[in-house]
Amino acid sequence: MTTATDKNWTRSLRKAGESAFPPERLLPDTQPSYVASWIYVFGALTMAALGVVTATGLVLAVMGPTWWHHSSTGHFINSMHLWSVELFFFAMVVHLWGKFFMAAWRGNRALTWITGVVSFVVSIGTAFTGYLSQTNFDSQWIATQAKDGINSTGGGAVFNVLNFGQMLMWHITLLPIGVGAIVVFHVLLVRRRGVVPPFELSGAKEEVAQ
Amino acid sequence: MTKSSRRFNIDRDVAPWTGATRPYDIAKEVAICFLVIGLLTVGLSVLFSSPDDPAVTLKQWAVSTPIDFATTAATELDGTGGTAGYGPPYNTAADGPMVLGISPAKIAGVHIPVDAAKDFVLSPVAALPENPVASQAIATYEAASVEQRQTWAANYDAAVTASTVTTAGGKVIVAPGDYGPVATIVDQLVAMAQSGALDTTMLTQQRFFSTDFTKPLLFISDGSFLANKAAIDHLQGDQWGMMNETGSWPGQAWLWLYTMWYQVPGLSTSDNADLQVFLIIIGLTLLLAFLPFIPGLRSIPRWTRVYKVIWKDHYRNM
Ligand code: HEM
Repeated sequence: MTTATDKNWTRSLRKAGESAFPPERLLPDTQPSYVASWIYVFGALTMAALGVVTATGLVLAVMGPTWWHHSSTGHFINSMHLWSVELFFFAMVVHLWGKFFMAAWRGNRALTWITGVVSFVVSIGTAFTGYLSQTNFDSQWIATQAKDGINSTGGGAVFNVLNFGQMLMWHITLLPIGVGAIVVFHVLLVRRRGVVPPFELSGAKEEVAQ
Repeated sequence: MTKSSRRFNIDRDVAPWTGATRPYDIAKEVAICFLVIGLLTVGLSVLFSSPDDPAVTLKQWAVSTPIDFATTAATELDGTGGTAGYGPPYNTAADGPMVLGISPAKIAGVHIPVDAAKDFVLSPVAALPENPVASQAIATYEAASVEQRQTWAANYDAAVTASTVTTAGGKVIVAPGDYGPVATIVDQLVAMAQSGALDTTMLTQQRFFSTDFTKPLLFISDGSFLANKAAIDHLQGDQWGMMNETGSWPGQAWLWLYTMWYQVPGLSTSDNADLQVFLIIIGLTLLLAFLPFIPGLRSIPRWTRVYKVIWKDHYRNM
């Protein structure tokens, strides 16, 4: 009887989900007492900035890539897109250094750290293709400069920074989907593992419990 | 070794937390974050707006600096131009940057074929409608031997960069010499660009719809016009340009580490800098990603003791 139920993939999937993410772990209303510093807010601030970046980017996408050159509303939305990106990177870098100084990879959290680094790298790629998608002098200059670096790696054979259509596609579909997926994974890992405890001041050597 | 028998490493492991908890409202925190970021974004946008320098055109280039334009055209013909001598992925004129004798660009090969002489100069001039002077010059050029073309183009290149070169009514005037049809071809191209026709021709050369600006961008970046404009805006590579933005807006500040290497003596003058800097950055990124596993590096947080500030309430209450 039990073997029969275990063969149900759907049930196994649901059980795995439930045990990894019981609702009170996914959205807890308490935290360990050490979670009390402004530095913990920077992960959420990064997420919020990413939200504003996405929302303003969606508006620019609805109206098309050259709209903002001749509409004052468009220009304002573009400004919001730029400034939310600057805030996003600022918050992310503070977050990164915060997690570094807390050594927040301890206790099985290395993958959380690695997905963080990957999200940083992919975000840089997204911002870069954004600069190429501005359809102004800045994008002309950045494209002609960046081609040498990318061509030198052999990557220029497929990733042509001088091809506006290709760069726009990367900027508004492929890379944002990538950043979004990694961030979801990153935050789920944080919820799964819980927030890393402080260093023990005694520094006593113990056996790893488990 | 199994997990449970592994020695406790303070930079890798933690003992499970059995201490007190306190109420925490994640949803409220996230909502407030959205509000704060939203307000900051609107505030910064109202205060500082964002830059938008219009794109430059081949027309502007040919009108404002016809000699630079003519020189660039000549270098595409004699093979000394930036694109003409680039190598992969555009052509086989060079091997691309190398490290340890390996050129990744060469291995990847030519995938975006660009024949600088033909695509930037000869084809546009040949396409000029009802222009017997232009078609005659192109016919003469194409009938000549490769050596003959090269001699004409090199002669013209030398003349257009000589101090005697002048302009009259937008036309480039070089001292008389053995240029064959090259002077005529370049004159035609200059006039075509000044009329604005070259901008559309270079794009629609390909087909009616085009979103690919590879050719006009390569051509314009082979001249000095684009770079001179960029230098005014402190955007050149040796001006930390990668992280700057037109005007005084913040640009891609997060590229500071990447662009820093281009300022380092040795790298700043290396022919292979692009590849060398890229490899350095890949190495550093891998170090950052795998930091949790690197003894020594992963102990820095403990040694620097910044954590004592972050968790000061926790330690005070212990
Ligand atoms: C798109 C960018 C990112 C977003 C949206 C993001 C979001 C978050 C959030 C919401 C948390 C939980 C709250 C907190 O502790 O701050 C978190 C935790 C964490 N983040 Fe990120 N993060 C990003 C990038 C990074 C980067 C670049 C790193 C480091 C290289 C990183 C490393 C970590 C680690 C190790 C934790 C676990 C902290 C712990 O257990 O105390 N994250 N992140």
